[in-house]
Amino acid sequence: MSTTHPTHLDSVVGDAHHAEHHHELSFIKKYVFSTDHKMIGIQFLITTLLMLMVGGALALGVRWQLAFRWSTMPIVGEWLFSGEGGQISPEFYTMLFTMHATVMIFLVIIPILAGAFGNFLIPLMIGADDMAFPVLNMLSYWFMWPAILCFAFALGLGPESITGVIGGMNAGSAQGWTSYPVLSAIAESAPGSQMAQTWWLLAVTFVGFSSMMGSINYMTTIINMRAPGLTLFRMPLTIWAMFITAILQAFALPVLTAAGFMLVADRVLGTCFFIPSGVIVNNADPTTGGGQPLLWQHLFWFYSHPAVYIMLLPAMGMVSDMLSVMCRKPVFGYKPMVYSLAAIAGLGFIVWGHHMFTSGMNPALGMTFMISTMMIALPSAIKTFNWIGTIWGGKPQFNAVFLNCVAFVSLFVVGGLSGIFMAAVPVDIYFHDTYFIVAHFHYVLFGATLFGVFGAIQFWFPKMFGRMMNDTLGQIHFVLTFIGMNCTFFPMHMLGIAGMPRRYADPYLHPYLEHLLPMNQFMTISAMVMGFAQFILLFNFVYSIFCGEKCGRNPWNANTLEWTAPSPPGHGNFDIPPVCYRGPYEYSSPLAVDKDYLPQSEYIPRKPGEKPGDGQH
Amino acid sequence: MGKFWSIFFIFWSIVAVVAVAISPAMGWWFPTAAESPLGEQIDDLFFLILYITTITFIGTQVAMGYVLWRGATNTDDRAEFSHGSHSLEVIWTIVPAFILLFIALYQIPVWEQFRIQSHFPQDAVNSPIAEVTARQFEWRIRYPAPGRVFKGKSDIERWLKQPEPGDLYTVNDLHVPSNKPVLIHLRSGDVQHSFFIPDLRVKQDAVPGMVIPVWFEASRSKAYEWVCAELCGWGHYKMKARVVAESDEDFKNYLHELELEQFDDGVPELADSSAAGEEEVSE
Repeated sequence: MSTTHPTHLDSVVGDAHHAEHHHELSFIKKYVFSTDHKMIGIQFLITTLLMLMVGGALALGVRWQLAFRWSTMPIVGEWLFSGEGGQISPEFYTMLFTMHATVMIFLVIIPILAGAFGNFLIPLMIGADDMAFPVLNMLSYWFMWPAILCFAFALGLGPESITGVIGGMNAGSAQGWTSYPVLSAIAESAPGSQMAQTWWLLAVTFVGFSSMMGSINYMTTIINMRAPGLTLFRMPLTIWAMFITAILQAFALPVLTAAGFMLVADRVLGTCFFIPSGVIVNNADPTTGGGQPLLWQHLFWFYSHPAVYIMLLPAMGMVSDMLSVMCRKPVFGYKPMVYSLAAIAGLGFIVWGHHMFTSGMNPALGMTFMISTMMIALPSAIKTFNWIGTIWGGKPQFNAVFLNCVAFVSLFVVGGLSGIFMAAVPVDIYFHDTYFIVAHFHYVLFGATLFGVFGAIQFWFPKMFGRMMNDTLGQIHFVLTFIGMNCTFFPMHMLGIAGMPRRYADPYLHPYLEHLLPMNQFMTISAMVMGFAQFILLFNFVYSIFCGEKCGRNPWNANTLEWTAPSPPGHGNFDIPPVCYRGPYEYSSPLAVDKDYLPQSEYIPRKPGEKPGDGQH
Repeated sequence: MGKFWSIFFIFWSIVAVVAVAISPAMGWWFPTAAESPLGEQIDDLFFLILYITTITFIGTQVAMGYVLWRGATNTDDRAEFSHGSHSLEVIWTIVPAFILLFIALYQIPVWEQFRIQSHFPQDAVNSPIAEVTARQFEWRIRYPAPGRVFKGKSDIERWLKQPEPGDLYTVNDLHVPSNKPVLIHLRSGDVQHSFFIPDLRVKQDAVPGMVIPVWFEASRSKAYEWVCAELCGWGHYKMKARVVAESDEDFKNYLHELELEQFDDGVPELADSSAAGEEEVSE
C-alpha cells in the first residue's frame, strides 16, 4: 500500500531542494545552536527520550523498594549504601519518587509533546518555512539544559562545594513533585528540604521559561503563518491541539512561576507567603509567619491541573491524525473533536480544586469543583467515541503506529473512568493520596500520552530522517510495553481500594497492608520488563536513523501538508510552497479516483456545473 | 494479523474485568466493609460508580473490538467515506452528560454531612472528644479534663487556644466511644499531615496554621488502624497509630486510668479525704 520508494517528485526536484540555495551552515549552527525548527524538534526528542530512561530508572528504584523492601537495591545499593549493606534510606526513597515524577513531567512528557512534536510538526503541517521566532525557539531548547543541570543538583548529584547540597542523594529534593509547604518551605523539615529544594524550584522556573518561549512561538506561528487556504477549520487536529495547549501554557504558567518565586523567597529571603506562625519544625526556631500553606496548593494546582491537559491534548491530536491515516478514513466528527479539545482546555482552568478535596479548604468550594470536574469527563468521552467512530468502517493497517494509537484509546478509557471515582468528593475522601490516584494518572500519562508518543515517533520518523523505523521491532516494543504497563499499573487500582497510601517507603509496617506484598512484587517484575522494553525503542530509533529503509515524501499516503515536503525537509521545508484546498482528512474520498487519499495541497479542477466548495471542504 | 490484534485488545479488557471481579475474594479489596454510617454511604457511592464505569468500560471495549474486527475483515476496496454523524454526536454528548450530572448531584448530601459544619451532628460539635496534633512523625492527643463541660463555641475556642491544667495527653492512641458521632479538632505542629482511618473512610489533612474539626462514628468496638496520608518527610510511612472505639463505660474507665497515670503520684491519701483526693488533683 504505502509508497516507501522515492516518488517521481523527488527525482525531479529533490536534488534542488531549498537547503542548497543557502550557504552551507557550520556544524555548530546546524546541529547544536540551530534555529531550524526541525533540528530543535529532534534535539528535544532525543533529549526527552534519554530523560525517559532516567525517569524510568528512578521509577524502578521506587518499585524495588516496594517489592523487596530494605534489601540491597541493585547498582544503587552497593554504590551509595555499602555502609548499610545496600539498604537504602527512607529519605533516599522519598527523593526517588519525587525526582521520578519531576523528571517524567518536566523533562519528558511536557517537552516531548510541545517541544519535540510541537516544534517539528507545527511549521510543516501548516505549510510554513519555519517558526515565527526561530531564535526564541532555539533558546527554548537551550533553556532546558540549565533546568536539567539544576534538577541534577536537586537530585544530589554535583559537588557539594558548588551545589550546597550536603549529604548527596540522601539530601536530594524529596517533597513530592507537588512540593507542598511547609515541608518544602522550611529547610529543617527534611534532609531534602535544604539546598536541594531551592535548586528544584530554580529548575522548574527554567523549564517554565522554556515552555513559555515555546508557547508564544506556537501561537504566533499558527495564527500568522498558515499556508494560503489553510483556514482554521482545515487545520489537522494535531495543530488544533498544539494551539490550544500553547494557550493553556501561556495562561497557566505565569502562576506557577510566581508561586515558585514566592516559595524561593520564603526559603531564602525570610518572607512568609506560605508559612503560618508558631510552627516548630524539628526544634528549629518557631516561625513568625502569617502565611497560608493552602495558598501554595491553590497556585500550584492552578497551573498543574491545566498542565495535566498540556500533557495530554497534543497526544490526543496526534492520535486523531494517525488513526485517520491508518484507517484510511476521515476523522469521525472533526468539529466536535475541535470543540471538545477547547472544552477540555476551558474547563481545565476551573477544576484545580479537585486536588484539594481533603485539604481543609471551604467545603462549598469542594462541591463547585466537583461539578466542573464531572463535566470535564464529558468532552473526553466525546473524543473517545469519535476515535472509535474513526476506526469504524475503516481499513486499518495493523502496524506499530496503529497499535499504539488503539492502545492510547483503550487505556485512556481506563484513566478517564477511574477519574470519575475521584471526582466524586465523598469517594475521594477515601481514595485521596492512595494508590488509586497513582493508577489513575499513570493510565492517563503513560497509558494514553506515552503510547500516543510511541505511535507518533514511529509515524513521523520518516519525515524526520528520511527512513522508516522497523515495524517488527516497533510491534515487539508495543506488546512488551502494553503488557508490562497493564500488569504494573492495573493492580494499583486494587492497592488503592485496599487503602494503601502513596509515598510510603514501607507500607507493610501496617498490618492491613501486609498481604499486598506479593502483588507489589508482581508489579515490580512487570515494571522491569516494561523498562527493558524501552531499550528496544531506543535501539530501533538509533538503528533506523542509519540503517532504516529509505522512504519517499509520503510513505503513509497521508493528506496533510508535511508529507508534500521532502523527507527529511531541507532548510525552509518546502521546495514548492503548498497551497491548501481542503480539510486534512479526505481519505477514501470519491473525488480521488486513482488513490484512496486526497492531499490538502492537491488541486482538483471543478467540473462544469459543480458548486464551489463541493468536495473541497 | 488484524484478527489477532482485535482479539488481543478484547482479551486485555476481559482480563481487566475478571481481575476486578475476583479482587474481593483475593483480598485485594477494601480492608473491611465500611464500619461507620458515613463510610457505608461512601461505599454505596463507590459501588454505584463502579457499576456505571464497568458498564461503560465493557461498552467501549466491545465497541473497540468490534470496529477493529470489522476493520481486519474488511474486504471492500475502500474505507467508508464518512465525516461523522450529527445525531450520534448529540446522543453521545447528552447521555453521558446526564449520567455525570446525576453522579455529581446524587453525592452532594454525603459531602454535606461530612464537611459542612452546619450539618455536623450537634452533640459531637458541642463536646469535642479531643484535639489531635500531627507532628513528625507521631500523633499527639489532648483530651479535655474528664467532666469538663464546654459552654458554647467560644469556650471550645478558648480550650483550643490554651491548654488547661486538667487536660490529658497521649501519643498515637486515640480512644473514642463507639456507636455515636465524635468530633476531634485536627491541627499540625509542623508540616502538613493527613488523618486517615481506612476502615472508617475518614480522611482530613492537618494543615499548619489551621484547626479543622473532623467528625466520625465507629459502629463497632475495636481498634482501628490510623495512618498518615500526606507526605510529611522521610518518616511519613511510620506515623502508625490506632483509634480505639469502645463502649461509653470503657471509654470513661480509660480516661480515668489516663488521669491516674498522669496525676497520681502514688502517695496514699489520708483516709478521710480519699474520695475528694482525685478531684483536687484534677483541678
